[in-house]
Amino acid sequence: MIHTESLTKQFKSKNKQPITAVNSLTLDVRQGEVFGFLGPNGAGKTTTVRMLTSLIAPTSGRAVINGLEVGRDNQAIRQTVGILTETPGMYERLSAERNLTIFARLYGVPDVPGQVQKYLRMLGLWERRFDEVGSFSKGMRQKLAIARALIHEPKVLFLDEPTSGLDPEAAKLVRDFIEDLKSEGRTIFLCTHNLDEADRLCERIGIFKTSLITVDSPENLRQRLYGRKVVFHLQQLDPAWVGVVRALPFVKEVQAVESRLVVGLDRPEEQNPVLIRTLVELGAPIQFVGELRHSLEDIYLQMIHTGIAASQPAGEVHA
Amino acid sequence: MNRIQTIIDKEWSEVFKNRVVLLTVGIMPVVFTIMPLVILGVMGSSIPGGDSADVPPGFAQVCGAISGSECLQVFIINQFMLMFMMMPLAIPVAIAAYSIVGEKTTRSLEPLLATPVTTEELLAGKGLAAAIPAILATWGGFLIFVLAAPLVGVGPAVHASLVSPTWLIAILVVGPLMSILAVNVAVIVSSRATDPRVAEQISMVIILPLLMILFGQIAGVLVVNARLMLLVAAVLVVLDIGFVYLGARLFQREAILTRWK
Repeated sequence: MIHTESLTKQFKSKNKQPITAVNSLTLDVRQGEVFGFLGPNGAGKTTTVRMLTSLIAPTSGRAVINGLEVGRDNQAIRQTVGILTETPGMYERLSAERNLTIFARLYGVPDVPGQVQKYLRMLGLWERRFDEVGSFSKGMRQKLAIARALIHEPKVLFLDEPTSGLDPEAAKLVRDFIEDLKSEGRTIFLCTHNLDEADRLCERIGIFKTSLITVDSPENLRQRLYGRKVVFHLQQLDPAWVGVVRALPFVKEVQAVESRLVVGLDRPEEQNPVLIRTLVELGAPIQFVGELRHSLEDIYLQMIHTGIAASQPAGEVHA
Repeated sequence: MNRIQTIIDKEWSEVFKNRVVLLTVGIMPVVFTIMPLVILGVMGSSIPGGDSADVPPGFAQVCGAISGSECLQVFIINQFMLMFMMMPLAIPVAIAAYSIVGEKTTRSLEPLLATPVTTEELLAGKGLAAAIPAILATWGGFLIFVLAAPLVGVGPAVHASLVSPTWLIAILVVGPLMSILAVNVAVIVSSRATDPRVAEQISMVIILPLLMILFGQIAGVLVVNARLMLLVAAVLVVLDIGFVYLGARLFQREAILTRWK
């Protein structure tokens, strides 16, 4: 649905030197996928979104959105995609209904009143439809901006920080709404700094800092970086047990952390029963067992700072 | 065309909720129409003996066979008509400045640029939304002035000067050309300004040439006639082409998103 080949954007600085904002981005986002595009401030995420929505032209490279080529089919691309910008400005003096009507007309929506009503109701703004947007809370504005991005039923949706600055309830509502959009088969390109949100919503994530560092599912990235680990919480830990566990042929590594035993395994589903039996036979007082999950934040920070996948665990671990 | 109409509707429904714009658009035509009528009415009844010695020598020659007091009235009408010509300059500047800088400050331009609307449609919509009220206000005010002038004692000879080719060219041709210029100057200034009032004040510089003509006539340096108006129209056509080109270049999506501050 979204395909880029060596997509590059350079801007001229004040002293006429070229500054590369996006460097040779090659990427494929599948139809119906929620793709997380993660990177620090100034990484070039917004520039990428602007190129993919035909708002600015690439310096070199190629981008195809739903079969339409950026640079050649710009107007058709803008008709096909919806965009929620990071700061979704609205017409403050106009009502919610009027704001959506204007955009529905600009997109050439056939049934403007019907479509406006559909999204105002869907996002819980129907009762406030005649109120000036200037009187809306940040959450309500964000919902209205999402409605605006969807008013023409785009196949591809670009969401730049959709839950930024929202309270937890409003953020959850927006996330649930993104889940609903995903179930409708829309392709969603999600730029976010909320890594927990990306972990929950995205099938795959791309970590980006001017260039693309990596693309994979959060789960595969965890395994690539940290492998799979099981943590045994024990009432007390006998250091001798560490050697016994390490001697098991399927165990990759063992760490004793206070009264916990962290064991690296390839296939915990098959190997855990043997491991638990061994520990029980040793008399280990097992309180509970869980898979150790590194947060996406750990992965992100490691990737951003090193630019490569490392084998050593980083950051805090969460069992 | 439908998209241009939508943009015009949007501009009017948003901009006319702004009191500053509303005052500019509403008060200027009223003041510039009523004030000369009142002054002409007062003049007609209180100083019937005014003569052509009160007007610059160059202008007195233009008066020809009409009486001295009528010549004075024509001279005063000419001054007011030049002030009247401020409307097609000032009104579009106020609307365009608030429309464009307003969108910059509320960050609503990017979503608008993300729609399938073309740059030409967007610029045309914003330009027409600013120019149409100015042209209608100018034409409406002029029509009222022409119709009401005889009612305040303006005689047929003076009235004839009001509907002479000079002022018909000025109102019907030069006015719209001035509005186009004003819109594009406002677009260019707005691309750099971050406050609508600053954009409006800077753009108002375009009134200066008109004021030079006004003071030139008062000083007797030049006389406004049909030939001068045609010359002004020709210069405006050239300026409009240049400024439309410049404005359109500055109003490209990439320029707005990456260079407008």
